[in-house]
Amino acid sequence: MTEFLAMGGYAQYVWPTYGLTLIVVVINVVAARRRLRSVREALALKAARERRRRSQA
Amino acid sequence: MRLLRAMLLRDLRLAFRRWGDVVSPLMFFAIVTSLFPLALSPRHDVLQSLGPGVLWIAALLAMLLSLNALFRQDIEDGSMEQLAIGPHPLALLMLYKSLGHWLVAGLPLVALAPLLAVTYYLPGDAVAALCLTLLIGTPTLSLLGSVGAALTAGIRQSSGLLALLVLPLCLPVLMFGSRATALAGQGEDISGPLLLLAAMLALAASLLPLAAAAGIRISLD
Amino acid sequence: MRITLPTWFHKLASPPHFYRFARLLGPWLLWVSLLLMLIGAWGGLFLAPPDYQQGDGFRIIYVHVPSAYLSTMIYAVMATAAAIGLIWRIKLAHAVAAAAAPVGAWFTFLALVTGALWGKPMWGTYWEWDPRLTSELILLFLYFGYMSLRSAFDDQSRADRASAVLALVGVVNLPIIHYSVIWWSSIHQGPTISKLDAPSITTDMLWPLLVMILAYTLFFAAVLLQRVRAEVLDRERHARWVQELLAGPEGEVR
Repeated sequence: MTEFLAMGGYAQYVWPTYGLTLIVVVINVVAARRRLRSVREALALKAARERRRRSQA
Repeated sequence: MRLLRAMLLRDLRLAFRRWGDVVSPLMFFAIVTSLFPLALSPRHDVLQSLGPGVLWIAALLAMLLSLNALFRQDIEDGSMEQLAIGPHPLALLMLYKSLGHWLVAGLPLVALAPLLAVTYYLPGDAVAALCLTLLIGTPTLSLLGSVGAALTAGIRQSSGLLALLVLPLCLPVLMFGSRATALAGQGEDISGPLLLLAAMLALAASLLPLAAAAGIRISLD
Repeated sequence: MRITLPTWFHKLASPPHFYRFARLLGPWLLWVSLLLMLIGAWGGLFLAPPDYQQGDGFRIIYVHVPSAYLSTMIYAVMATAAAIGLIWRIKLAHAVAAAAAPVGAWFTFLALVTGALWGKPMWGTYWEWDPRLTSELILLFLYFGYMSLRSAFDDQSRADRASAVLALVGVVNLPIIHYSVIWWSSIHQGPTISKLDAPSITTDMLWPLLVMILAYTLFFAAVLLQRVRAEVLDRERHARWVQELLAGPEGEVR
């Protein structure tokens, strides 16, 4: 296992690249999700406000 | 055709009336090139190897300076709208606009370049190559710049954005121009890069006015 | 000459259709791509034998090459979508172009950094003005320019069309930039990079790479679908189908 982790002496280059790839993948998933959620929330807020206005009128 | 020539002449007259439009790129060119020896080293060999690149970069930046205002006045006084609905294809008009920009901001740089090249101790062949590459390369920069200026014409505070859009696109011209100058200094044949620069100019002149026209249409409505 | 698009295209290009399609397909694509990524990483890190020249350092290839491929592929997708949006005035195509740009910029960044980390053991330096790295850097600048131009407009339609023109100018320029960088560095004496050229690749080295390329592509598709959904909802917020979704049984847009 330690031999595997050492990557034949290239550990300090191999593992950061895989780690960074993981980070970029996660960032992309999270960012896309958050963007969709924020649009949805803005729309829901607007709809709720509209409903309230309609019920008051 | 007469309208186009009239527009070009008007642009030139306006530029020469406001003398600053012609002089400020030249002064910028001269000042930026004189910064490098002071900041880096006045040694002959250093300057000789840096010269082609520095002179080309300074010329590129000097041309960018005046791009911001390329369409501003035409749009503000409404004449661009007139031209857009006029009988001439807008792309042809854009070609003339780029030509006007080059005559005001590009050609003077070509004239000043040999003087500045001498302060970098460039050999005679390199000076000639610098002038030749600038002569063929700077019109392409004007054409690329006209696309950037057209796309950002409707945006306030666009100067930083314009540089961000245009500079990466200018890289091939910059690389060929400065490398050809450096190669000529080493006594090598530079007809290859010169032909490539000419090919880029031909491609740019045939395609980029179309993109600039599309950009102006978008900025107008 | 008028080119007409097939009808399925128009149907898919209608925002409500696309929204439903993306909602169904997106999660599947994401999980499949993540699974493939794990398989590819497992194959690349465990199963592939060390390279006879680069040892275990070559394992960076499995995350570097797919991201470099994706960075240009995404630019092509973006420019194609921009052209479709510009020519046929399809709003969804503009939404796709807008959604692709940030993902493309991320993978260009990833390709640059993984390339640098590969360069350090192979060339002895993190950064080399090598044609591939340089072109990649310029590609990153093009993405930045595209996104900045887009965000500089308040008006959505103008932002769409102006950035589409820029994307098209960029796509014509990209090969010119690429080949001029190659020419430029061929006369620029640099270190020999023969170590990276023509790697003798065997099957058990190759398949994880192919799996990774597929995984990255599907991952891009999944993220793109999700981003386009957000774009479409935002752009169509006044459309009836969005209102109906809002008033749907879930009480909010799903």
